[in-house]
Amino acid sequence: MFRLSVFATAVAAGVGMTGPALAQSTVYIPAILELSGAGAVSGTNFRDGMLMAVDEINAKGGILGRKIETQLLDTQSDAGISRAQVQRVLDNKPYVIFGPVFSGSVLVAMLLAQQAEIPEIVGGEAAAITQRNNPYVFRTSFGQQFSMPKIANYIRDGIKAKTVAVLWVNNDFGKGGRDNFIREMTSRNIKVVADVSTESGQADFSADVVKIKAANADAIFVYTNEEESARFLREARKQGVRTSLIGETTLLGQKVIELAGDAANGVRGHVGLTVDAPIPAVKEFAERFKKRFNYVCDHNGIKGYTGVYFVRHVTEKTGKFDSKGFAAAAHGITITPAQEPGILMEATWDKNGDIDRESFLGEVVNGQQKIVEILPKLGK
Amino acid sequence: MASFIQLLISGLATGAIYALIAVGFTLLWQTSQTINFAQGEFVMLPAFFILASMNAGAPFWLAALIGIALSIVVLGLMFKLIIVDPMLKYGVLPLVISTIALSIFLKESVKDFYSSQAQPFPALVPATDVHVFDAVVSTQSLAVLAVAIVTVAALHLLLHSTRLGRSMQATAQNPTLARILGIPVQRMVLYTFLINGMLVAIASILISPIYLAKFTNGETLGVAAFLAAIIGGFNQVRGAILGGVILGVLDNLSAAYISSQYRGAFPLLILIAIILWRPQGLLGRIEERTV
Repeated sequence: MFRLSVFATAVAAGVGMTGPALAQSTVYIPAILELSGAGAVSGTNFRDGMLMAVDEINAKGGILGRKIETQLLDTQSDAGISRAQVQRVLDNKPYVIFGPVFSGSVLVAMLLAQQAEIPEIVGGEAAAITQRNNPYVFRTSFGQQFSMPKIANYIRDGIKAKTVAVLWVNNDFGKGGRDNFIREMTSRNIKVVADVSTESGQADFSADVVKIKAANADAIFVYTNEEESARFLREARKQGVRTSLIGETTLLGQKVIELAGDAANGVRGHVGLTVDAPIPAVKEFAERFKKRFNYVCDHNGIKGYTGVYFVRHVTEKTGKFDSKGFAAAAHGITITPAQEPGILMEATWDKNGDIDRESFLGEVVNGQQKIVEILPKLGK
Repeated sequence: MASFIQLLISGLATGAIYALIAVGFTLLWQTSQTINFAQGEFVMLPAFFILASMNAGAPFWLAALIGIALSIVVLGLMFKLIIVDPMLKYGVLPLVISTIALSIFLKESVKDFYSSQAQPFPALVPATDVHVFDAVVSTQSLAVLAVAIVTVAALHLLLHSTRLGRSMQATAQNPTLARILGIPVQRMVLYTFLINGMLVAIASILISPIYLAKFTNGETLGVAAFLAAIIGGFNQVRGAILGGVILGVLDNLSAAYISSQYRGAFPLLILIAIILWRPQGLLGRIEERTV
């Protein structure tokens, strides 16, 4: 209820933010997120992490003395609606825009923000997002070109697999991940013996599991969104799949574990961000998040939270609210927790807007994600 | 062969659930000319009745009973009294539009008042395996199949072996004549709505562990039930059962052996073929109407 009231106030304030007096005392930072539809898990986690950071910053006086006014707009997990929402907020002259989280929506909408020279802090992981020479797009998590080599090394060295089956979701996120994954497998002489595409929002995975099982691979790599991942894991458990199930961040996420129940046990893989990271600042954030929102945050919540602190740090460094100046200053920046505690883990944004930071290898044990190894930043 | 058996059993289990939904669909059509485009949402909603009961502290078995009871009242009795009865006298089309509006209302209400996110839903039995020849078959699929078969068999017994069932059939076939013979037609119509409320609740309990409980589940299920009813025959309960089973099996086999990307197209191809060559459905009968 409290969250709803904050949301309503934020929306009302964001919509009404046209008067110059109000504009002087606030900074308008809208968020365009997947609050319903197939991406609701991702979008709501991102939103809640973001709202938490906004409230913390506002309680301490805001950014450069101006409080953050945010407006939450639902993409309904649809790329066309995302684009329309970005167009809508651009009319209100935002300082930066948060979201979307779905890669397909980011790819469709980011050109508008680029044309308006407004930075966009996105949750998408498709490799293509930062490969289009857009100086106004910044990630909050690894792009697939950074995460897939890590997972490929794990499959080769940790699982010691010679053959692998891949199941992916047929959208920009899944297709980009699948292409990068197969490239990495081929370069390591690991044979892809099954390549199964599924649909976003797909409910029944029985045929897909049968196909994957029939391939008899050493490992199965699953690259789908949260709800589909959970449905797949439940079906895999139902059909008695014993092969190693490997994922990248999403498959080991809190929501997937909650939805899949026991079927998630034994899942392993690479995790870009997690509240189970053995890092005190992350654990402390996770406790505060759970206390406020009454559920366990997943990686998208951390993305939303750290994204807001990224904006604050860069803005305070430039000393003014200049969208173009923000984009210029954010490229190549490294932010440490000592400089900005809200960033939680040291992070670097490169010239393309890609992020680099430590990541993790994890496993689901007894319904809990367990981190077994910390992987260093790629740049180290 | 092992893969085929697994796909067949899994498809039969899903198809049996489609059949339950489609049977309710055809029952409403036969007795009251109600084409219920909210039937998918009717299957989605009981899962949330059950989850809400469990959140209130009820064990699953009790929550399931509460869910079934609430479905009978809300999706059977109240649906008839509040939507169908006032609209029916204006013809089929206004009623169809009303059920479309109801489907949107139910979907958005669950999204707003419960959650936009999928919710885990307990399975009827634990996930264990049974070996049939070389195939590993899930006990959950077998349990779904068993419950669906028992439900359909019970319905068949009710309709064909009891006085009540024969009265309901008479009402469906010729309400005017049934009324002359002393059958309380309105009460028989009400019973079909209550039966539909129970069928969708059972379907919800069976499908939600697979789909996870989510406000959008009705979209897929409603279309599946509609297609199943048309393929099998809109005016025959046994046609709806056959249509549901064909749809479930076809979906699984086509996704595995032809193309998972185009799996959604195959039922529609069958539908087109049926409309072209046997418009009354596989087991349906031709209805002649005087104008």
